[in-house]
Amino acid sequence: MAQSFDVIVLGGGPAGYVCAIRCAQLGLATAVIEQEKLGGVCVNIGCIPTKALLHSAYLAHVMKESKDFGVEAGAVKTDYGVAMKRSRRVADQNSKGVEFLMKKHKITVVKGTGVLQPGKKVKVGSDVHEAKKAVVVATGSRVKGIPQIGLEINKTTVISSDEALLMERIPETLAIIGAGAVGMEFADIFSAFGVKVTLIEALPRILPIEDAESSDTLAKSYRKRGIEVIAGAKVTKATIAKDKVTLDVEAGGEKKQVVAAAVLMAAGRAVNTENIGLKECGIQLTDRGFIKVDKNLQTTAPGYYAIGDVAGPPMLAHKGSREGVIVAELLGGQKPHPIKYDNVPSVTYCHPEVASIGLTEDQCKEKKLDYVAGKFPFSANGRARGTGETEGFVKILRDKKYGEILGAHIVGAHASEMIHELAVARENEYTVEEVDLAIHAHPTMSEAVAEAALDSLGRALNI
Amino acid sequence: MATKVHMEALSPTMEEGRLVKWTKKEGDAVKSGDTLAEVETDKAVMELVARTDGQLLKVLVQEGATVPVGNIVAWIGKPGEKVNGAGSTEQGAAAPKSTPAPTAAAPKPAARAPAPPSRPAPTAPAPVAVQPDATRVKASPLARRIAKDAGVDLKLVQGSGPGGRVVKRDVEGGAPQATAAVAAPAPRSRTPAPSGAPYEDVPLTQIRKTIAKRLAASIGPIPHFFLTSEVDMERAAEAREALNQQLGEGGGKISFNDIIIKAVALALVQHRACNAWFQDDHIRYWNEVHIGMAVAIEDGLITPVIRNADVKSLREIGAESRELASRARNRRLKPEEYTGATFSVSNLGMFDIDQFTAVINPPEAGIVAIGSIVPKAVPDGERVMVRRRMRLTMSCDHRVIDGATGAAFLKTLKQMLENPLAMLL
Repeated sequence: MAQSFDVIVLGGGPAGYVCAIRCAQLGLATAVIEQEKLGGVCVNIGCIPTKALLHSAYLAHVMKESKDFGVEAGAVKTDYGVAMKRSRRVADQNSKGVEFLMKKHKITVVKGTGVLQPGKKVKVGSDVHEAKKAVVVATGSRVKGIPQIGLEINKTTVISSDEALLMERIPETLAIIGAGAVGMEFADIFSAFGVKVTLIEALPRILPIEDAESSDTLAKSYRKRGIEVIAGAKVTKATIAKDKVTLDVEAGGEKKQVVAAAVLMAAGRAVNTENIGLKECGIQLTDRGFIKVDKNLQTTAPGYYAIGDVAGPPMLAHKGSREGVIVAELLGGQKPHPIKYDNVPSVTYCHPEVASIGLTEDQCKEKKLDYVAGKFPFSANGRARGTGETEGFVKILRDKKYGEILGAHIVGAHASEMIHELAVARENEYTVEEVDLAIHAHPTMSEAVAEAALDSLGRALNI
Repeated sequence: MATKVHMEALSPTMEEGRLVKWTKKEGDAVKSGDTLAEVETDKAVMELVARTDGQLLKVLVQEGATVPVGNIVAWIGKPGEKVNGAGSTEQGAAAPKSTPAPTAAAPKPAARAPAPPSRPAPTAPAPVAVQPDATRVKASPLARRIAKDAGVDLKLVQGSGPGGRVVKRDVEGGAPQATAAVAAPAPRSRTPAPSGAPYEDVPLTQIRKTIAKRLAASIGPIPHFFLTSEVDMERAAEAREALNQQLGEGGGKISFNDIIIKAVALALVQHRACNAWFQDDHIRYWNEVHIGMAVAIEDGLITPVIRNADVKSLREIGAESRELASRARNRRLKPEEYTGATFSVSNLGMFDIDQFTAVINPPEAGIVAIGSIVPKAVPDGERVMVRRRMRLTMSCDHRVIDGATGAAFLKTLKQMLENPLAMLL
């Protein structure tokens, strides 16, 4: 049955469903169209289930070392199937949570595949729904293979995170192509479950968008755990057999072969812009294939907005959610605080965790900024020594003249939780001095943040 | 749960609105789309509508009060539902204050005062009877540090952060810096050839940027300069009489103002360099001509826009300007009817003003001020004749229009008015 709403959101992922909630809070009649489960990739086959599996990996890791802590658990056995099923329950709980939120806010959820039509209409099956105010496109992205070198995802030997998250049994050996957040996290998970992992990255270092020191710390940590890390590597050829894949790899002028039972593709994502009626509505794409938007996230067709992965990088859930809030507030007649794209935190949940905000040290150099780096290692932090999590550091890059926090990088346990102190500081233009002036409780790992701020001023206390 | 009713941004430039009148009262049933109140914005009286169904539970703002955009003005919910009455200071903005309505012509606080020299400025005598708030400046620690270093007084800076907080970008560049880049040789003509598009954006060249910065620093945000020319209106007056005779009784009469608007529009077609907007980092040269017409209203002025005036007939311009002016006086113009002009005309001829200068309506780059048409003794060879004459003064934004550019436009305008048949060409 065709209906009329104020706002129709196409896609129920973290950008779309959050946009819908904010619209409803502002009194707009709102519908969300979703062809699969609510919550999108993030909740169902992305952020959430991987965090569940990473915790299983963490436990396996801790149990193996627990004897040193005076706790003996006997021989540690791991079962990926059990961990996977638990991660599914967690994902399903979250998806149900989103369903509940839609009901709570009286948002209509239309199940099916939506196709945009001119005149702010969306067709789902044979129904054509109409939006009085706006249509918001939040169709997200999906994993992509590299068919050019024979690595088309076949779901058995060449897999994506989608398959990895639903496996009952794991391969003995696994090659992972791409050492961004996804590749790093799966390398951590599978290695903890006893898989021999080879991590291959085309750019000169793993975690290529993070600070070089973060990449180096992780490369060292992974190698120590027996993960083979090959960076600056070009896969020239892939030979796919029934139960194994052979990769011809060139790295550092040397040629070698990597043989694994399966290959996990983690080299980027493709946005979902096909077959949703963009062209018919006059919605243009950028050269890189994202939907072209103005500073209010409106597309080239008035009344059609785009948020989340389809609206451009960084392709992160929290950036998409914030875009959803901004569009909702614009539609509700408010004046939202504009999003600062240079202040979106980036987190990789491997062990140790890597979190960052703002510029890397290399970017400061490229921009010829007059900066000072302050650094504090967790090996000098009392709390970290107590838990045995002394890997990593906090690094703060500050402007030399005014102390502005240009960038901050944390490697270590709970880095994902600690980065927000620096996100708040940057959003409000606190300098390193205000970070130090706020008293940090002792003993906490967060003390390392204050110490790094002090170190950038040349007066760290505990090192 | 009860729903909040916010003061909405009812016009593109609206920062706050004065609640003129509640059209619903507490206890009334309301439907989504119903008008709740009339709100006076910076330009017109607009309607604030309900976004949800229910009962108007509580009204938080008195009639006559001025409320910043985003503040809660009322609650809508189920009958009997409890609401929080003290929710009006959301978003950190000040509680509604009962100030007189802002008028369109009210002077705005200086957006950014020119930076004082880096040496400590002599302390100015403290203003008498300062409001307690006036001394407190909301500013980020980083902005404070930069301002202190550059000798910028934060009280003079308009903050662009949440709730008017002064942030880094507001004080950056406020510091006097001797980094005026050496200007690259500029192309001879910056005005692109006309195309089918409504306008073209031309990035500012270095020299244009430097001119913009230096001139703005010298006299306020828009560096004005003025050009005056006296026009012989004898033939325009004859043409007007003949046209009005032709139209006969009943049909709306053609006014001098209509003829001037048409002539300005046609002259702009020939001088596109004057039909432009200054846009911070580029100049927008319009291929369409939309003339803003200053209209005095009870407590200010407003400039309704005659769109595509260059292609409209005098009769169409006359009818449209009368209709817009009448609605402007009743404050019933829609935002789209008073925004988007590419150039403006201000006429004080009917008030017996010989000559005056008008203030540019940004982002437009120019405005022509029209004085009254008066008979004057004018030498004609050996004789002296009495001719009807009119003085025009063009205000130009020097960041866009240079002296010679403005003069060339004014010359064409003068020729058109002195020989109205030229408008038929």
